[in-house]
Order: sequence, then structure tokens, then C-alpha cells
Amino acid sequence: MQQLSVRHLLGIKDITPQDIQLIFETADQFKEVLSRPIKKVPSLRDVTIANVFFENSTRTRLSFELAEKRLSADVINFSASGSSVKKGETLLDTVNNILAMKVDMIVMRHSSPGAPHFLSRKIKANIVNAGDGTHEHPTQALLDAFSIREKLGDVGGKKIAIIGDITHSRVALSNIFALQKLGAEVAVCGPPTLLPKHIGGLGVKVFWNVREALQWCDVANVLRIQLERQQGKLFPSLREYAMYFGINKKMLDELNKEIVLMHPGPINRGVELTSDAADSHHSIILDQVENGVAIRMAVLYLLAGRA
Amino acid sequence: MHKRLIVPHALFQIMIQRLAHQLIETHRDFSDSVILGLQPRGIYVADRLQQTLQKILGVSVQTGYLDITFHRDDFRRRPAPLAPNATKVDFSLEGKRVILVDDVLYTGRSVRAALDAMISYGRPAQVELLVLIDRQFTRDLPIEATYVGQRVDSLHSQRVEVTWQGAESPEDVIWLLTPEQDKSHATA
Repeated sequence: MQQLSVRHLLGIKDITPQDIQLIFETADQFKEVLSRPIKKVPSLRDVTIANVFFENSTRTRLSFELAEKRLSADVINFSASGSSVKKGETLLDTVNNILAMKVDMIVMRHSSPGAPHFLSRKIKANIVNAGDGTHEHPTQALLDAFSIREKLGDVGGKKIAIIGDITHSRVALSNIFALQKLGAEVAVCGPPTLLPKHIGGLGVKVFWNVREALQWCDVANVLRIQLERQQGKLFPSLREYAMYFGINKKMLDELNKEIVLMHPGPINRGVELTSDAADSHHSIILDQVENGVAIRMAVLYLLAGRA
Repeated sequence: MHKRLIVPHALFQIMIQRLAHQLIETHRDFSDSVILGLQPRGIYVADRLQQTLQKILGVSVQTGYLDITFHRDDFRRRPAPLAPNATKVDFSLEGKRVILVDDVLYTGRSVRAALDAMISYGRPAQVELLVLIDRQFTRDLPIEATYVGQRVDSLHSQRVEVTWQGAESPEDVIWLLTPEQDKSHATA
């Protein structure tokens, strides 16, 4: 009998390598559940979960909602657009009102880093962070690492390069924590303006040349340029970014080695990845999406089952 | 913990042979029948029965493993969730005659969960239950086995342990375990 060391999944930083392994082992079994003719188990039938999204999302919200429904939980959805948040309600008031309707778990996305941490100190329900600003996106990192483990057998000892807009990416930070906890070597690659100043302090290698990064790594996790979070001009044009940091099929073929290509979505085709690269045999982008449901089922199941 | 041998190795073999023959009486050539072993311990019974039937009939009966962790009725009612085991059901149960197999039948709650879990793989024509040990008069639910290796009277504090020849033990044997404080209550 094992359980997670935490009551909330706020970030990968707070959990142990054992927690990650437990989540993976549980997710393995949920993957099997998802391959059955009837893809539903009754585990969470007495649990109500609110998906509280203060920021736009397609994949993550659908993936969480599907995971919750596959576990038989009751689900309510909240999105900030068209809600009382626009009328000036505070975060805590909004969530307390949702909790007053007897909700057991909150899955939350917010544009402010630390918003779920703040809530976890104020309320009793379990909280799953579905992305807080530029800080963490723990379930994405878990499903990325799970997909690498599925493809390459193990994460430990592998070399993973995270390429693109590192500064504005919560996926990058959570991935660095998760991969390092599992014993992988991590590098980041991007234009200097999109790399945080003290990124070396996290113990990652830094590349400024995408070809060198690809040559070094076993897995390339390519990120989207987050224009919506950028203030000021950090590179001359998307076209120039694509020329210097975009990855195409020809570059991958010239490496003369097996490489795994990942992307957390949504892809800006023609910017960070060309279509022929994104749809090539190197890519496990759709496996990532499939694994996302199993990983989120495991996280919800383990948090709900914790005393 | 006080340990009493209730089924020695030789009797264990006779029991397996008898259960296999009882199955043949009902299922004949097993053309529509499948064996489903319950994780974690019922899978050993399922494998042994499959091997025994293979020797007697020369046919390989379809056998799967069913994990019931996600269908248990005590989730969130115990301090930590149980770790799930692998489910391996590579065939549809639609229209099949299913023989659910476990080592020990106690409260019946695992079997209830198994009946629930099984339905995800199709609607069986018939379901039977085979257990090595039936701890009689301890049921929480109205569930009884179709085929029983041996019936045993036991206290709630006692535990039945089936150990399998191989990694676990040099012989196939079944023990009844009694905590020290209840030793005087346990009948011989």
C-alpha cells in the first residue's frame, strides 16, 4: 500500500521521485483501462471535481474532464470568461463559492504563478495545478516523462533537450524538475532572450544552436513561442525564429540517429516545427495526448484515495 | 502468529485434480469457456488449472487475469489506495461462460468487485466462481462459490495463506494463521 507524499499536486518541485514512480505505475493500469471496450471504472463515483480555468485551454481541460469521467467522478466546469470574475470577485471568493456546493477536488489553471499554492493554504479540497502562469504545469511534465519512458523504456540516463521559449514556459520548468528527479540529463535551447538569466542554476546544459542541441539529445521536446505572455520584442520576427530555431524533417534526417520528437501542443506549424517533422515517425506528439488521460486519472485517483 | 497446516502438498494436488475434473464435467471441451484469475493471488490458481486441464484434455483453455483495484468498494475508506495489478484479458467475454477463480473466498467483496470489473469486457453468458478455500460463515455479501477446494471454519482475526511451489515455497500448501492472542479461541 503506497500513497503520494502530498495532498495537492501543485508542482513537480514538491513531489518525490517515488511519487512520480507511483503515478507512472498507476497510469500503466489506467492505460489498460482505456483500451477496454468499456473505458470506465467506478473508483471516484462519490467524488465531485471542479475544473476551474481562469485561462484558456483545450487539450488540458478536455484531458482532465475525460480522466474525471472515466473515473466516474461528478464534474463541473468553470471558465473565467463569462463568469462573475469579470464582475470583480476575488479568486478566494470564487473558489469558496464553488466549494460551498460540496466539491472535493479542484483542478485549476490560472495566469498568476503561485495561485494554486495560495489556494491550498486556504481551502480543504485537494488541488491539482493545471498550469499557473509561467511557473509549473505538473501533469504535462508527468505525461511527457511517461511518454519518454514508454518509448525508450526508461527516463534515467537519457538526454532530453527542451527547445524554444523557455522563459515563458511552465512546461519547461516542470519538465526540468521531473526529468532530473528521474535521473535524466536535461538541456535547454533557444535564443538568449527566451532563456531565463540564471537557468544554469537548475543544473541544465544550455545550447544556443538548435543543431548542436539535436545532435546531443535522445529526445527533443519542442515548445511553442508564447506570444501572449511576451512583453516587448524578444526576437525580430517569427520568420527569423523559424529560420534559426525551427526544426524540419531534413535536419532530423541529417542527424543519422534515432531521435524522439515531442511537443506539448498547440503546435504553430511552420514556426517551431514544420509539418513534415511534426508528422514524421520521430514524433510521439499524439502519444503524449493519449498518455495525458491515463496520467491525469492516476493523479486524481491517488490524491482522492489519500487519507 | 500461530501457523496450522490445513492442506498439505499431496492433498493440494488431489484438490486441483478434482476441481479440474469438476470443471470438465460442466464445460466439456471449454470451447465457449474462459478462466479469469483474480489479481493478485487468484492468478496462480488460474494458471495451475489451465496447466492441469491442458494435461487432461490437451486443449489450452483461454485464461486471463482480472485486476479489481479500481472497482473495490473500500476506496477512500482506507488510509491509502491499494496499488493496482496488471489486467490481462486479451479476449472478449461477450457470450462466454466465465469461470472466476480466486484462492480464498472470505467476505465476498472481491468477487462483487470482480463481477463489476468483468462486465467491461462484454456480457458473459454465464459466470461461475471457483475457490481453493471457502472460509464459510464469514460472508458480508450473498455470494457463494460454484466449485470449492475445501471449506474452512475460521475467526475473523485469522488468515488463510496459500503458498505455491516455486519461488514461495518448496511445496504447494495452505496454512491457517492465528494471531497469538486468539490462539485459545481457535478450534483445532
